[in-house]
Amino acid sequence: MSNRFHVATRKGLFTVSRTNGSWSISDPAFIGTPVPMVLHDPRDAAEYATVSHGHFGNKLHRRDADEDWREITTPAYPPKPDGVPAIIDPVRQKEIPWSLEMIWALEPDPRSDGALWCGTIPGGLFHSPDRGESWRLVEPLWNHVDRAKWMGGGYDYPGIHSICVDPRNADRVLLGVSCGGAWVTDDAGATWRQTAHGMRADYLPPEEALQPDTQDPHRIAQCPAQPDKLWAQHHNGIFKSTDSGTSWTEVEQAGPSTFGFAVAVHPDDGDTAWFVPGVKDETRVPVDGQLVVTRTTDGGQSFDVLRAGLPQQHAYDIVYRHALAVDATGQRLVMGTTTGNLFITDDAGDSWQTISHHLPPVYAVRFV
Amino acid sequence: MARLSFTANLHSHVACPDRELSARTVRELLNAYFDEAAEVRSYVLDDQGALRKHVVVFINGVAARDRTHLSDEVPDDATVCVMQALSGG
Repeated sequence: MSNRFHVATRKGLFTVSRTNGSWSISDPAFIGTPVPMVLHDPRDAAEYATVSHGHFGNKLHRRDADEDWREITTPAYPPKPDGVPAIIDPVRQKEIPWSLEMIWALEPDPRSDGALWCGTIPGGLFHSPDRGESWRLVEPLWNHVDRAKWMGGGYDYPGIHSICVDPRNADRVLLGVSCGGAWVTDDAGATWRQTAHGMRADYLPPEEALQPDTQDPHRIAQCPAQPDKLWAQHHNGIFKSTDSGTSWTEVEQAGPSTFGFAVAVHPDDGDTAWFVPGVKDETRVPVDGQLVVTRTTDGGQSFDVLRAGLPQQHAYDIVYRHALAVDATGQRLVMGTTTGNLFITDDAGDSWQTISHHLPPVYAVRFV
Repeated sequence: MARLSFTANLHSHVACPDRELSARTVRELLNAYFDEAAEVRSYVLDDQGALRKHVVVFINGVAARDRTHLSDEVPDDATVCVMQALSGG
């Protein structure tokens, strides 16, 4: 099992390691500053952290082996060409900025050493060929006519939070967009198509509920060993795909609630996935003040409600979309919450252990 | 020559010592500074070259008005301060 992971929080980045059977927190970095995303690249052991300064913008940092964190190039939108009309959020009637608002997703691109994908708010996807030293906006997606249908969700503007690179063919990449559905390329970004067919949005009028371009998947995760199987924790519930993200089916019952943000999928078994339910939708607290994890092992036909070791009274934790992770064994999971709790399990969620009760609000956890 | 300085809070993120520079506008002044310290640029301006929304430029104590094109004039011997706004914290 993985004995090390990173915790990205509203007030800095931390490393958590297991030695002699106990967990300890170390290496605080960027203290006081929001760190929305962190990535450990197993190809060269480089670590990346996105830092979101309230006043001075977003920055990207990299730490190579045995070195300190160093600021590298932040993805930047190219100058907006003259004559290109502004895109207006179709619901809020507010102009979508042509400028980086936040880095929301970072993933390796297996096609070449050091290559990276980066998803952002307000909806641009970037690619780096050189470990984040330079970035290029993926213009076929940014310029796609249907981007005008995207809209803000929890954030003011739409954004890419999930980047699923197909392990069989790295030219195929699926993106989760909130709110813009699911987008797939089969040619490494040259062309894109919408694939959120089957997702349902009851925050829209009934006749618009199945419109794919306004779906709000909160998080999409793909099974590495069975990449045809993907799971989406959507604003409206849980959806699964068994055809590589081409279509989606709603899972209508999943324990106390189907609302939530995070999803993790077993690395070998695409029928096993974990969720952290909450009360839909503005309330966003655990049902009855009891923090639980729900787990299916049969493709969504049934769910276990896992609560051993988790607070069962007056718990108001929410687990954000990137704050639940599973390691390569499928047995160890970690989750961090909005109230600074950090929990870990070594038995696929049957029982949980507390690592900390007093971290800053957790944005992301990732195993090394 | 105008004297350009930055909020102390920025010094903790990137080296940005005071400098005296010749410029007619805020844009010219900042560009002259960034010519020698390119790493400071993205802390002050967004990727489209506009002033970050939670950053303020004061010219002799008066906030610059043009946050997009940075066309406010910089008088000779002006004191120009790049500060963080009260918003955005």
